Amino acid sequence: MQAPTGCDLDGFHMTSVAIFATCFNDTLYPKTIAATVILLRKLGYKPEIPQSQGCCGQMHINTGYPKLAIPMVENFVSSFVGYDYVVSPSASCVGSVRHQHAQVASASGVNSLVDAVNELAPRVLDISEFLIDVVGVEDVGAVFAHKVTYHTTCHSLRAIQVGDRPLRLLKAVRNIEYVPLENSDSCCGFGGTFSVKNSEVSSAMMVDKIDAAVRTGAQWLVSGDNSCLMHLGGGLSRRGSSIKTAHLVEILAGTLV
Amino acid sequence: MAKTYLGTPRSFAEAAHDALKDTQMRANLARATGTIRAKRLSVVAEVSDWEELRQTGHDIKMSTLAHLDEHLVRFESEFVKAGGTVHWAKTAKEATDIVVKIAQVHGVSEVVKVKSLTTDEIGLNEALSSVGIVAQETDLAELIVQLADEHPSHILVPAIHKNRTQIRNLFVANLPEAPVGLSDEPRELAMVARAHLRKKFLSATMAVSGANFAVAETGTLVVVESEGNGRMCLTLPDVLVSVVGIEKIVPLWRDLEVFLQLLPRSSTGERMNPYTSFWTGDADDGPSERHVILLDNGRVQTLRDEVGREALACIRCSACMNVCPVYERTGGHAYGSVYPGPIGAIITPQLLGPGQADSLPFASTLCGACLDVCPVKIDIPNILVHLRARAVETKGITSELLLMRVMARILRDGNSLQHAQRLLSWNYALINALSRLGFLKHLPGPSKGWLASRDIPLLPRKSARLARKGDSR
Repeated sequence: MQAPTGCDLDGFHMTSVAIFATCFNDTLYPKTIAATVILLRKLGYKPEIPQSQGCCGQMHINTGYPKLAIPMVENFVSSFVGYDYVVSPSASCVGSVRHQHAQVASASGVNSLVDAVNELAPRVLDISEFLIDVVGVEDVGAVFAHKVTYHTTCHSLRAIQVGDRPLRLLKAVRNIEYVPLENSDSCCGFGGTFSVKNSEVSSAMMVDKIDAAVRTGAQWLVSGDNSCLMHLGGGLSRRGSSIKTAHLVEILAGTLV
Repeated sequence: MAKTYLGTPRSFAEAAHDALKDTQMRANLARATGTIRAKRLSVVAEVSDWEELRQTGHDIKMSTLAHLDEHLVRFESEFVKAGGTVHWAKTAKEATDIVVKIAQVHGVSEVVKVKSLTTDEIGLNEALSSVGIVAQETDLAELIVQLADEHPSHILVPAIHKNRTQIRNLFVANLPEAPVGLSDEPRELAMVARAHLRKKFLSATMAVSGANFAVAETGTLVVVESEGNGRMCLTLPDVLVSVVGIEKIVPLWRDLEVFLQLLPRSSTGERMNPYTSFWTGDADDGPSERHVILLDNGRVQTLRDEVGREALACIRCSACMNVCPVYERTGGHAYGSVYPGPIGAIITPQLLGPGQADSLPFASTLCGACLDVCPVKIDIPNILVHLRARAVETKGITSELLLMRVMARILRDGNSLQHAQRLLSWNYALINALSRLGFLKHLPGPSKGWLASRDIPLLPRKSARLARKGDSR
């Protein structure tokens, strides 16, 4: 599978990889974390999930409480500092780490925290970045014989700019029938606490996204962030739609039943 | 209707509630912004150094803002040298007083206006009207909005929320030039407006404009427009008064090379706009008396904010609102400000100061589409987040703050998160049963809005970390 340079006695990569589970996925979508572990092990890595990890602080930062996020940024750094790569199935949380942690650290006035964030943040990757750029794989050997469509999440596209990496991974899955989603790159309307504070606008955006998904005739709506999918899935469920939602990693890991 | 239109006490969510019911407007908006978006994309793709241009535009604006005092004084001296008069206005009231006074000195009963956001910001039309002077808008869309007694809903396309039938009806009811049997064909409508406005141009003795740019080096003002009404106003009347925000300064004549490429492609999606007027003053034709009012009205306090000041780099192209998924659903009026959309959400609260228009920075999903298209690379999402923190601080102790403190305590490390997850795990079956039975569709409190259109997901039996602990035992 991979060149056996730098392997341990069991044939696993020596590269140390931690999974940044994100509090949201850890709590609500453990199946996505399990899929991430399975996928990485299949590719020859031995990922660890540091138990000390908590939240990255994005919700607090984006809702106007950056000071409350300072301990979270400190905890993030201390949880992940020793690893070669920190990999996550949430481009949104990765975006917060890469773009917002430095600001929070600098507002804390602790210079060592700023340095630590700047050292760590570039090694924090979305799973699609890790697979394409570090592992160097597009076809992970997955099979999925269903019709799927894909929602490009805003933070994957514009905050961390993963480009077409997730789609390349998805299209390489065997037997998959991929149908493009109309206006795939327009926001689904979730926006974290936006979906609570401006729930009606959020809903109006969601309805357009769901309508587009229904028009594709796909059985699965796939995305790279479970937060968008919770919102879209919640709308699909309320509508009684048969379209199911899944995180990209679950398809790549072959863990969907 | 408010005297000035820079922030209303109504929150964005409340205003959006009404705006969302207007399905006609949403359809109009989706079609119009979709067309402009596509045009912008195609003309931007033609420019091989677009990204460099954006960066240069950003750099020029930011370095100008850093030395704004020097550039303003330079502009003043050049403008005066060329025969013009410079006024300084700290507030909207000071600015409108100056315009009123000039009009009264000349005994003017009607002024013609070039489309100008800054004059909308200071409520100039209302101020003139209160002393019996008619302010006649001459931009077609501004005229439509004025006839409807409304405010613009978009900074470039003020009547974007109106369709042509609505426009025809306004013309028939208000313009004597409208012939019997006027149809809603765009050409017929334009000819009626043209006949109406020509009379105004020829009879007016005073014009009021804004400016897209003010060049410090030469004391030149610049107006960029599409219809030629601006050119008429800038050349025919004897007296010309321009109300210009202090952030419109560019230091050098050659800086225009950058902005005159960035602006039309980003705003109307054209390579070059049809009319670009420059005036420096001393000339044999055109207005014999030229005034400029340099306006603060909250700009200096905005400049003091290290993060927020970047908003002053805006060149008012409107690309951000054309790509904004929130704007596309609500339209511009929901923002309660002459500056709607993403840029309005960061400019309006800053011009007004802390505690004002506080809901606007939250009127965004932070999707980032605005930053992608901004011709001067204003990091709008970052400023939105910054202003959210400012809004929170202004409010003091709220129930949200207390909730956020509790959440911060739970989420800040692995142990406390695990305790909370265990609590969920003990109750997951009950919660899921209630959810399946539909009992969780109508909860009170902050989740009410969410649940109105969405189901919450079924909870897992165990969180990822609890499941792994179980495995290892």
